[in-house]
This record gives sequence, structure tokens and C-alpha cells, in this order.
Amino acid sequence: MSMIIDRRLNDRNKNATNRQRFIRRYKAQLKRSVTDLVAERSITDMGRGGEVGIPVKDISEPRFRVGQGGDRDMVHPGNHSFSPGDLIEKPQGGGGGGSGQGGGGEGGDGQDNFMFTLSKEEFMNLFFDDLELPDLARTMLGDAHQFTMRRAGYTPSGVPANLSVRRSLQNAMARKIALASPLKRELRELEAAGGDPDEIQALKDRIERIPFLDEYDLRFRHKVKEPKPISRAVMFCLMDVSASMSEQKKDLAKRFFTLLYLFLSRKYEHVDLIFIRHTSNAEEVDEDAFFNDPQTGGTVVMSALNLMAEIIEERYPSSEWNIYGSQVSDGDAFGSDPQRSCSRLSKDILPLCRYFAYVEVPDSPTSITPLAAAYSQIQNSNFAMRTVMHRSDVYPVLRDLFQREAA
Amino acid sequence: MTIEAKADRVLSRGGDWDFDLLRTYDAEIRAIAEEFELDTYPNQIEVIASEQMLDAYASVGLPISYTHWSYGKEFIRNEEAYRRGMRGLAYELVINSDPCIAYLMEDNSMPMQALVIAHACYGHNSFFKGNYLFKQWTSADGIVDYMVFAKNYIFSCEQKYGIDKVEETLDACHALMDHGVDRFHRPSPLSAQEEQHRQHERAEHARKQFDDIWRTLPRSAVDAEEKTAKKRNVFPPEPQENLLYFIEKYSPTLETWQREIVRIVRKLAQYFYPQGMTKVMNEGWATFWHYTLLNEMYDRGLVDEGFMFEILQSHTNVVMQPGYDQRGYSGINPYALGFAMFKDLRRICEHPDAEDREWFPDIVDKDWRQVLDFAMRNYKDESFIAQYLSPKLIREFHLFAIADEQKAEHYRVDAIHNEAGYREVRRKLSRQYNRDILVPDIQIQRYEHMGDRSLVLRYNRLRDRPLTDDATEVLKHLSCLWGFKVTMEIFDEKEGVVDKMEVLPAGQRA
Repeated sequence: MSMIIDRRLNDRNKNATNRQRFIRRYKAQLKRSVTDLVAERSITDMGRGGEVGIPVKDISEPRFRVGQGGDRDMVHPGNHSFSPGDLIEKPQGGGGGGSGQGGGGEGGDGQDNFMFTLSKEEFMNLFFDDLELPDLARTMLGDAHQFTMRRAGYTPSGVPANLSVRRSLQNAMARKIALASPLKRELRELEAAGGDPDEIQALKDRIERIPFLDEYDLRFRHKVKEPKPISRAVMFCLMDVSASMSEQKKDLAKRFFTLLYLFLSRKYEHVDLIFIRHTSNAEEVDEDAFFNDPQTGGTVVMSALNLMAEIIEERYPSSEWNIYGSQVSDGDAFGSDPQRSCSRLSKDILPLCRYFAYVEVPDSPTSITPLAAAYSQIQNSNFAMRTVMHRSDVYPVLRDLFQREAA
Repeated sequence: MTIEAKADRVLSRGGDWDFDLLRTYDAEIRAIAEEFELDTYPNQIEVIASEQMLDAYASVGLPISYTHWSYGKEFIRNEEAYRRGMRGLAYELVINSDPCIAYLMEDNSMPMQALVIAHACYGHNSFFKGNYLFKQWTSADGIVDYMVFAKNYIFSCEQKYGIDKVEETLDACHALMDHGVDRFHRPSPLSAQEEQHRQHERAEHARKQFDDIWRTLPRSAVDAEEKTAKKRNVFPPEPQENLLYFIEKYSPTLETWQREIVRIVRKLAQYFYPQGMTKVMNEGWATFWHYTLLNEMYDRGLVDEGFMFEILQSHTNVVMQPGYDQRGYSGINPYALGFAMFKDLRRICEHPDAEDREWFPDIVDKDWRQVLDFAMRNYKDESFIAQYLSPKLIREFHLFAIADEQKAEHYRVDAIHNEAGYREVRRKLSRQYNRDILVPDIQIQRYEHMGDRSLVLRYNRLRDRPLTDDATEVLKHLSCLWGFKVTMEIFDEKEGVVDKMEVLPAGQRA
């Protein structure tokens, strides 16, 4: 007798662990692919999966195999023209061997790269790895929706931990009163009338038998999940795009902006991105131009801050929007510009902002740039400033912000 | 019988299936299979979705396996190819176990489900139960339990010794998997329970025997003398072909848990060994039986024309053999060759002609069922072809043998489908299924157990065929398991040792 079993409802992801192992093993190669993806992607697209490749030769499993060369006999089907003794031209170049004999090897895909698609989680993990993000921040960013638990009255079923003793006893008392009062009235009447003592005893017993606590008296505290209040935020990206900002510096900047954006997009349902680039004067541009369009000219930081203040005033009143600012620069600034910028920032802009981060990507880590010197006077818990030389330096800039949120 | 009367018995029409219908079809197919005296394990038919089929692919067809990145790679490869539409999924997958587990895909139509039931649950199943290689080399009743044991054991190793160390050991074992089989020595049957018991006992024995004081005793002179005498002995006395077994038993550096892992991989290699040796026969047998059983159903009026059309279309695709110069040619299709040979055997028994009487005097006019049953039980691909490939089939397939010699400028056609060529074509085709052609002959020659503890392997080179460049990588894995220098001699029958490859374990490499 055959057994027929429906397994369709069984777990479909038996290989999840094997897949993780594979990704774990080739992390280095995958990170390289992820880096390429980061470069070509828009910040707002960063939270998706993506296609990556690993060189086939890296992932092949070696075996002892017989290679090309030497002598061999082959039997093929489909002869329509050969007679014994015929000579056939050997194929030139490449293999020089027979056309696909038995164990010819498995790598027949004809691809140099083993391409596959990383899921969103896998992509984010690799991205975060590069930034050396601590676990706490990871879970915060990975969690798409945040909920709060809210009390919502009482429910007749639940876990013992949520048992409301007061409510349950109230119910029990009510039930006891409701059940006992007609009997008690009857008892009183009987006693007053001097009735049959057996009957009186029976009534007393019935009253006795009413349980102290019954299952349907129990009440549990009820809690409902509620999405956190949704609101909107605007994120300003300010960057110095003068000639001294190299590709590598821009890559750091992009990672920094991405991280902040991811953070905000988890926290707020709607996030607007405003890109302001500046040389000696500032302009609002789209993301592509922001990262990829090189400009020449001097550096006036003040111009960007002015533009940001203008845009806030025009479009993003701070009563309706949560305003986040982020600025990247190599720190070059001339004359009175750093001092004026500093006071403009601390007096006019910071009071409007929930948070403002300044990231400096200088040529050498030791020198103190004019802008950094000026900004370091700012005393405001919503202001963060950090020098970033390497990808792993990016996260510490935002650490305060993340920790504040996690708390 | 009138057409109407026939139609009354039809089990179902159209492509839809449900579980009751599956049961009905299975019962009918089983009844017919029993009439044909097919001896099978009980069947366990599991209906699965396509994603689950992808899962099943990855762990080389076993319902459960330990965790390893290479399975993840296989899974990703299949999944990507499937999603891009570059490959379809197999209609079925069958596992050599008792009961015999067969997977049916939920997307299949009813005729396809019937085809799969006939093919896997009665064709493959009876082959697994009857063929001598499967009988001797695999334990169908123990494999699923054993894999559960293996999975748990490797998981516990990962917990104790870290994922990286376990992975390193597994990688090394996988590289040597083809060389983990005793070809001439029947292995003991598998039992997860015994295995656990044995592990436990070994550890217990070591614990009880532990006595640190023995270490302090001075060595006697007799002892030392014996040792120098032994030194000259060559070990192993005979070359060993089962590399994994040798490592498991004699590696000077492996930890106990690593030996257990080597053993698990070795057992796995053993389990898969017969499948590689009987591809043509196994697939041919299953194809022959789905063809025979379903045609019988049609003859009895159990299925209608629409059903048969779908079956035949799929059957024809499966047994298609493109010529060497046609598109899609990738060697000889085992389904095509196997099916043709079993069908031809039946023909020789039932309707022999003069040629058959000359070539196969001992089977003509015999009961075809007995002849096929005997062939299925007692042969592997190599011997099956050598014994039963008829001149008629050589003509039908237009087989021809060519010689590829390194020194020659051209390929030379040695034999074709004519009177003079039949035997040579048959001999050469049979050789093509010899394991030595597919897996190089590498044996352990010496273990310098009294010297530098290095291991000497020997590749017995056949007709000047070199190894691929992978060989160095495999040797690195081997030296990782061995812990000392590993040398491989390339040995040629005529010229002796022609070349040497040497690999030091990772720590000692320059």
C-alpha cells in the first residue's frame, strides 16, 4: 500500500541556512559587489535587494578529475557519413578535446560570474557590515515598522501574566451576588415563615455551592499593537563639490547620507530629500547631479546654509516637518566664511533642526581645518561632528542619534 | 470490446488531479506492476510545491542533510536558473530509501502524475530494491535516520568547535568524496543508533583507560628494537583506494570529531556510488516501465487518448537522442540508451530474428520478464552494455567510435555500425561507463609513519591523460586532513613515475 502525503504546507525554506553559509563564506567578494551597487544606486533605493556576482572560479569545488590531453576513445551517436579509417579535423584552439564527453565537468553555464540576487535583508546586512554597524543599530534599521503596545480594556482570555486580579474578583463578586440573592431572599422568607428545616438547610447548601471564582470571571488586561505615530521628515544633504572632493570622498559621503536616510525612513513614513551642493555659491540639484556632476570653483559654505534656511522657510515649516541636516565637506573654507557659517548654523538653523550632523573628509586626519575649528565651538546636543577617513568611521557620527532613539 | 464499453472504465479525463485520484491511479498502476512481478519497497508519495522541489535538488536529493555552503550554492544556482526560466524542474525526484520516497510536483497534470508514479514508484523503486550494487552498497532502510544523525552531529560539532573549523573539514572531505568508496569490499550496513552507540563507547573507553602514570615509565630496549625493525616496513602493505577511509583510520593529526565527519562523508559517498554506476540502467529501467505500465493501462481502457498523447509527448522528449552534430547534443542520453536497450531485450525474447539468435542464443525465446529481471539485478552500466547492446541498436543509434590521440593530427574513425564494427563499438561504449574513465585512479602508496609522517599517493595515469589543475587544490585539502606533507606521484605503466606533486599543510607552506 502506498502512502500519499501532502507536503505542500511544510516549510519551504529548508535551505535558508545553507544560503546563509554561502553568503558568509563569500562575504569578501559579495561586499565588493555591494560596493558597486552602492555607487550606482540612488540613496532612496538603497533599502532593496540587488543582483550580485562572484567569479565562478572562486566558488568551484575542486575534485580529482581527468583533464584534456592524452589518448581516448569516444563513442558518439548519429553517424551519417563516416566510414572506418576516416580522419576528422581536430577543432582548433581552446579545448582541443572531444565534444562534451561524459564527465566533462559541471561549469557549463558559460558565465564568468555566478550571478544571483541578494534579498533586501542580505543586502542591508552586507552594507551595514561595511559600516561596522553595531547590532542595536542594525535591528533598529532593519525593523520596517515600529509599534507601541497600548492598553485596550479587558478580555476574557489571555496569558496568566496579564491577569487582572481586581477585575476578575469584581466579576466573581457580581456573579455571586447575582446568583445568591434570589436564594437568599427565599431563605429569608422561609426563615421568617418558619418553614421546613430541611428545605432551609438545602437552600443554605445551594448558596454554599456557588463557586468563589469561576472561569468566566477571569479578565485579562488587553493590549493592542499600534503603529507609532507617523509623521514626515525632511533631510537636507549639503555637500561641498569643489574640485578637491575626490570620488573616494564622495563615496564616503554617499554612505553617510544613505545611513541617515535609512534611519529616517524607518522612523518617519515620509522622508523628503533635499540635495544642496555648493562651491562658491549653492544650488539645489537632484541626486544624480549631486553625486556625479563635478564642479569647479571656490568654496563658500555660507551659501549652502543660506539656501537651506531659505528652503526651510519656504517649504518646510518646522512646525509641520522634522528637519534633519547633514553636511559633508573636506573642511576647506576661507576668510570669514567659517566663522559666519558657524554662527548662522547655530543661531538660525540648529534651533529648527531635530539633528544636524557634520562630516569632514579631509586629506589628512591630523590637520585641523578652518571649518572644523569654527564648528567645534558649537555647543548643542543636536549637533554631531566627526572626521571620517574610512567607511567604519561613518557610523560613529550618527551614534548619538541612534542611541538616543534606541533608548 | 466496443468503444463505449472501454470509455466506462476510464479513471479520469483532463489534467486535474486530487488526492483520491492519485490513490486510484496508484492502486491501478500497482496492480499492473504486480502482474509484471515488479518487486518494490513500499511507496511514500509526497506532493510538494515547486520551491520545495528546489530545496530537494540542493541536498543532492536527500530529504535531509547537514548544513554546508555548497548546498546553498546549488540552491541559489537552481533557484536563479529557474526564476529566469533557463531551466524547468524535474517532474519527479525519488530517493533510494525504504519506504521509497518519491516527490510529485503539485503543478503536474494528472497524466504527468501517473507517469511519475509509474516511473519513480515502480520503476526506480524496483531497481533500488533489486540491483546488486544498491543491495550491497546502500542501506535503504537506514539512510534517512543516518542523515538525521549526521545533521545533528555536524550541528553539535559546529556548536563546539566553530563553524569555520567544521566547514574546513567538510570542504576537504567533499573534495575527496569520489575517493571514499570501497569498490571491492562490501560495507557494513548503516544504523544511526549503532553509530551513536559506537561513538559513545569509543569516548568512554578512552576515558576509562586514561592513566597519566604510564607516560612516565621508561621505554624498554626491546620496544625500541621492535620499532626500528618496523621502521623498514612499508605501510600500508597494499595500496589503498579508499582515501577517506585511510584518513579516518590513520591520519596522525585529526581530532576524533573530525574523524567522525570524514566517516559521515564517506558513508554518503558510499550511498551515492551505485547511482553513478547505473545511470543508463536505472533510468532505462524506470522509463521502460512507465512506458510499459501506462500502455497496459491504455490497452485496458483505464485511460483515454488525451492522457496517452500527453504521456507520449513527454516520453518522447525524455528519450530523445540528438546526433553528435545536432543542436543540444551533450553525450549519450542515458534515458534514450537505457530505454532502447530494455525494449530491445524484450523484442529479442519475443520476436528474435536470425541476427539475435546468433548474438544472444541464450535469451531468445525465453520469458522476457525473467530476462529483464535478471539483467536489472546483476549488471551495472559497463557490463550491461557489454553484454546486451545489440547490433540492431548500434545501427539505430548510428553509433561510431573515434580515437583521439594526442600525437595524431586528426581524430580517427575506428568503427561504425557495420558487421566489422559492432563488437568494437560495443566494447568502447561499455568502457566509456567504466568508473576509471570518469574518476581518476588514485591510491595511497605509502605512509611514512616512522619517518616524516608524509603520505604518498599515486595517480595511475591511463593512456597519458593528465589531471586537471584542480588536483593541487585537492591535495591541499588532503594535507589539511592529514596534517603533514602529501606527495602525489604520477605513475605511467610504461615509464614509471613521471612526475611528482608536493603539498605541505597550510601552517608549513612558505
